[in-house]
Amino acid sequence: MAGEERKVILKTEGLTKHYGGVHALEDADFELLEGEHVAIVGDNGAGKSTFVRQITGVEKPTAGKILFEGREVEFHNPVDAREVGIEAVFQNLALADDLDVPSNIFLGREETYFNLGPFSILNERKMLQRSREALEKTGVKIPNLHNSIANMSGGQRQCVAISRAASFASKLILMDEPTAALGVQETTQVENIIRGLKARGIPLILVSHNLRQVFNLVDKIWVFRRGRIAGMLEAGKTDGNEVVSLITGVQTGVHENASYI
Amino acid sequence: MANQAQAVSVSPVETPQKRPRSHELNALFGLIGIALIFELLGWLFQGQSFLFNPQRLSIMILQVSVIGIIAIGVTQVIITGGIDLSSGSIVGATAMIAMSFAQVGTYPRAVYPALTDLPVVIPILIGLACGLAAGLINGLLIAFTKIPPFIATLGMMVTARGVAKWYTKGQPVSFPTDGFASLGQGMTPVFIFLAIALLFHVALKYTVYGKHTYAIGSNVQASRMSGINVERHLVLVYAIAGLLAGLAGMVVAARGLTAQAGMGVMYELDAIAMAVIGGVSLSGGRGSIVGTLIGAIIFGVIISGFTFLRLDAYYQEMIKGVIIVAAVVADVYRQKMRPRAR
Repeated sequence: MAGEERKVILKTEGLTKHYGGVHALEDADFELLEGEHVAIVGDNGAGKSTFVRQITGVEKPTAGKILFEGREVEFHNPVDAREVGIEAVFQNLALADDLDVPSNIFLGREETYFNLGPFSILNERKMLQRSREALEKTGVKIPNLHNSIANMSGGQRQCVAISRAASFASKLILMDEPTAALGVQETTQVENIIRGLKARGIPLILVSHNLRQVFNLVDKIWVFRRGRIAGMLEAGKTDGNEVVSLITGVQTGVHENASYI
Repeated sequence: MANQAQAVSVSPVETPQKRPRSHELNALFGLIGIALIFELLGWLFQGQSFLFNPQRLSIMILQVSVIGIIAIGVTQVIITGGIDLSSGSIVGATAMIAMSFAQVGTYPRAVYPALTDLPVVIPILIGLACGLAAGLINGLLIAFTKIPPFIATLGMMVTARGVAKWYTKGQPVSFPTDGFASLGQGMTPVFIFLAIALLFHVALKYTVYGKHTYAIGSNVQASRMSGINVERHLVLVYAIAGLLAGLAGMVVAARGLTAQAGMGVMYELDAIAMAVIGGVSLSGGRGSIVGTLIGAIIFGVIISGFTFLRLDAYYQEMIKGVIIVAAVVADVYRQKMRPRAR
């Protein structure tokens, strides 16, 4: 990989977001290369989720530019972001509990027989079949796809959310704390899905609090602190100590057995 | 919304998944049970059958048809997680306005003496437009000012009732043309009810409209992030509910051959009760037209059962109230039993 010129997939220049007087994100210059998996880490309120929300069109930045595959893009809503190929898995499991798996995977972009606006007839068969393929591709096993999501475990739900993102042949996937609410076994499953994405060459931005996970999964670590990007470290050339000192802003004095490493 | 709050201590992924029995089936069992109780009581106290009486059954189904039409609209509103309290008043207002364009020329005190004996489509279109307009206002208020549906439709409930009274200064409007009257004669209301029920059963179950209705009631945030235009959808849902209330208003006026400002009082609550009895969850996301249909019939059976047993109308009202609360309690209980609350 070294020395090879790789295409820049996503770049932000001076990305800024203010909520009234709160400067949640300030002047963020970020870059993601083709096939690359990066992590965004930082303390609570460091601006990680805010950053993700700008990239995915959930919110509009106060200032700054987003460049996707070299072109400047402006997202007015999550659909715009999806149309260029950015898929997101959000922290709050953006699933509709009372719907089944195919309905959730295709939520907002249902397959229909013919277009009658809102009254288009759903092509349930095609959605079911493509959901099966999507879950297979990510290696997720769910016994009955017609069960409503509410009856599933946290891990199964998260796998559905990730499969949704991964199945739409997207050019970039963002995951905001995908394993925050999961148990050990399910976390492993999600991590395996992420490795599968790496193998398929789909770039990923992973927001995580879990440094072990970050070191296991990604190539680069972007550290956010107080709404700014504090620095970028290559996962192979750094250690937990360096990352934590960037997160906390304390250059020295982090004990190597600190609990958050 | 509150999803991350639940710290999930997870069972392994292979947990067997039992499908809970559907609410429709529960409601159907309830219906059969209630009907059998009345049958039994009938033989005990009246010496005759409750069920095997075609005349009673047809009166019963007629009684629920008008409110049933409203309940169809209310069902989809409740599935989005909202509520519509304005339907009864919309019935009153629409009945008055539509009827005033449907009067016969031979009646000397018509509201618009120059506009009598109009073809039947005109009052019908006017009536539908009135219902639609009221529903649109509800929807726009709820979607864009973000006030709770309860308040928005409560306002419409009072306002539409005011319109109904103001329209003729409280005078009833009577003497419709035969064409208009035919909307409410014989079993026509039942056919209208069943046709609307079928239409919306298809719309809720097999179209994008239905999918989004459930999605919004399930998780607004997720719906929005998935690219559903939540505001537009809510406007559409409330507008349709208003439209159906308007239709019900015309049917009720046509059936009675007169429109009065007080028509439709408390219909909204009966309609909500039908939906809730039929398994439509007040917290949104769950329910179906089939359920509401069964709920409507349960409602009708209870009312006509009491009449059959010669129970006082006062008791009927009291028991109706108890049933509504009981249905909601059952819904809350079901929520608690769910593996994971929203």
